[in-house]
Amino acid sequence: MKRFLGFVRKEFYHIFRDKRSLFILFGMPVAQILLFGFAITNEINNVDIAVLNQSKDVNTQEITQKIDASKYFTIKRFLTSEKEIEEAFKKGDIKAVINFEKDFSEHLIKEGQGSIQILTDATDPNTASAITNYISSIIQSYQQQQNQGVQMDYQIHPEVRMVYNPELKSVFMFVPGVMTIILMLVSAMMTSISITREKELGTMEILLVSPLSSFQVIVGKVVPYIFLSMINAAIIIFLGITVFKMPIAGNLILLGLESVLFIITSLALGILISTMVKTQQTAMMISLMGLMLPVILLSGFIFPISSMPPPLQVISNIVPAKWFITIAKGIMLKGVGLGYLLKETLILIGMTVFFIALSIKKYKIRLE
Amino acid sequence: MGILVENISKSYKNVAAVKDISFEVKPGELYGLIGPDGAGKTTLFRILTTLLVADKGQAKVAGYDVVQDYKNIRHSVGYMPGRFSLYQDLTIEENLNFFATIFGTSIEENYDLIKDVYEQIEPFKNRRAGKLSGGMKQKLALSCALIHKPKVLFLDEPTTGVDPVSRKEFWEMLKRLQQKDITILVSTPYMDEAALCDRIALIQEGKILEIDSPEAIVKKIPKKIYDIYASNMYGLLTALKDFEHAHSVFPFGEFVHYTDKREGFDSNELKIYLENKNLQDVSISLTEPDIEDVFMELSRK
Repeated sequence: MKRFLGFVRKEFYHIFRDKRSLFILFGMPVAQILLFGFAITNEINNVDIAVLNQSKDVNTQEITQKIDASKYFTIKRFLTSEKEIEEAFKKGDIKAVINFEKDFSEHLIKEGQGSIQILTDATDPNTASAITNYISSIIQSYQQQQNQGVQMDYQIHPEVRMVYNPELKSVFMFVPGVMTIILMLVSAMMTSISITREKELGTMEILLVSPLSSFQVIVGKVVPYIFLSMINAAIIIFLGITVFKMPIAGNLILLGLESVLFIITSLALGILISTMVKTQQTAMMISLMGLMLPVILLSGFIFPISSMPPPLQVISNIVPAKWFITIAKGIMLKGVGLGYLLKETLILIGMTVFFIALSIKKYKIRLE
Repeated sequence: MGILVENISKSYKNVAAVKDISFEVKPGELYGLIGPDGAGKTTLFRILTTLLVADKGQAKVAGYDVVQDYKNIRHSVGYMPGRFSLYQDLTIEENLNFFATIFGTSIEENYDLIKDVYEQIEPFKNRRAGKLSGGMKQKLALSCALIHKPKVLFLDEPTTGVDPVSRKEFWEMLKRLQQKDITILVSTPYMDEAALCDRIALIQEGKILEIDSPEAIVKKIPKKIYDIYASNMYGLLTALKDFEHAHSVFPFGEFVHYTDKREGFDSNELKIYLENKNLQDVSISLTEPDIEDVFMELSRK
């Protein structure tokens, strides 16, 4: 045990003396969470649009005012002819154009039907579809106002309520996501680098010719990073609560324990990487490319898994991050307990055991 | 409790690094493996320190088999690899402490053993290992390899890249360690260091050429060695190589070492030959053979 503690102490010396990795360790989570929280957002807010009103009657003006009054849109300018539409998009300062047909009110009253054309700049498809949704719903609510008191045969009235994140704040999605990325990267990359560094510097040669067992070396490498990653997880949750006013609906202790489990899964993955490569560079490349991309793309962090093509949906099951994101979202947003997350938790435990078993099998007690 | 090597062979892919090597190091002996770079010395060290498994043959270190009892060997040997392999971001004291701890001992417990070596670097014990000079690094590495009182000490080219004064000191320390019942196997490409060992094995291209004490090995050389000097070294070398009776010619410091094919060699005849080749300040004198001469002679075959 004394031997083991001596080894762990040495690991802490390495970490605290390497200013660059310390910076990555603690600077990256803060930078990422702030970036994702503030800068990268799918929300629609004060989008500049233009209006081409060819009828200039009561209805069109009321609709225009209603759109302008919403916090989602700002009418930047009024166009006078359809020719100007293309020009306006090319300038790039507006995201959408609302085009009222000629004699809109007249058509509405006489034929019961008026047409509004909504054009959006679909160079950014997500924003474009969000914009059309928002505009359509504003127009619909105007229509409902107009129809009040008018007797209709029947009417379907969908009442929508967004549960768990009623304001559709995207930062609520990013906090669990970023936490997953950070824990995965820091744990897997840092351990794989620290083990391959020993190989590169030749110190592994001396460690092998010592009474330390492979188990002691591996666990000794991992223990410091469990502590550091836990601090990281705490920082991220703290920033989420204080800066982004994220409610933690569930049990904070359960969240902590699940995080530790996921940290251990990632560390095990890091060890596995280091048993297969020889240099720090390859270890870093594999951790970055091999882990970061699947975590971002296939974990459901940004792109919903349910809308992926079936083969990718299957592949996403082997990405540990997918399971942790489900757990983190469940605890943070839905406030569910372990009972609902049993499947995910067991899968993570299974993956961890598998990675560790494979690493111990692959760990070389000799040089080749 | 020494080292026993029997018919060890090891190849990397298709390249044979060590070919059928056998030798024995007696307990308490200071044994030298002498040979140029690429002779297979490091491979042999790695086999004996359980880092590699030989393709063929057996070896025992301190009574333990290098394959089956590798764990016991790892408890009882000290190993100093050719490349400086300590933690550069740890201080001298932290490095030493670390190695003491992982071997389940402490600096205080075995201070006697490393005192000689460690005293010289102790004033700098808070300096990081990466910032030490070559000589100091070697002393630290030796201290770390010794801290657990090993029975057998493996030193792979410990003095490569170390200044001549530190090299001399280093060997004096090895001599003192030998007094403390530690068997030492040391490799070096420097022939002058070979003379300081109890016994040496000359090794080249994975094969052992000769094993004996340095004194005995030198006597085995049948030829008389002549130191030849001329102001133009290159001209001298080519002239000697062209000389019809030349047996061996190789540069040795500022001289050329020369042996003749004939029994009755007349140095005047050679001097005249060389002066006819327009060489100035020619001098020829008989000299004592040393291990390098033996090596050159043996490797000619």
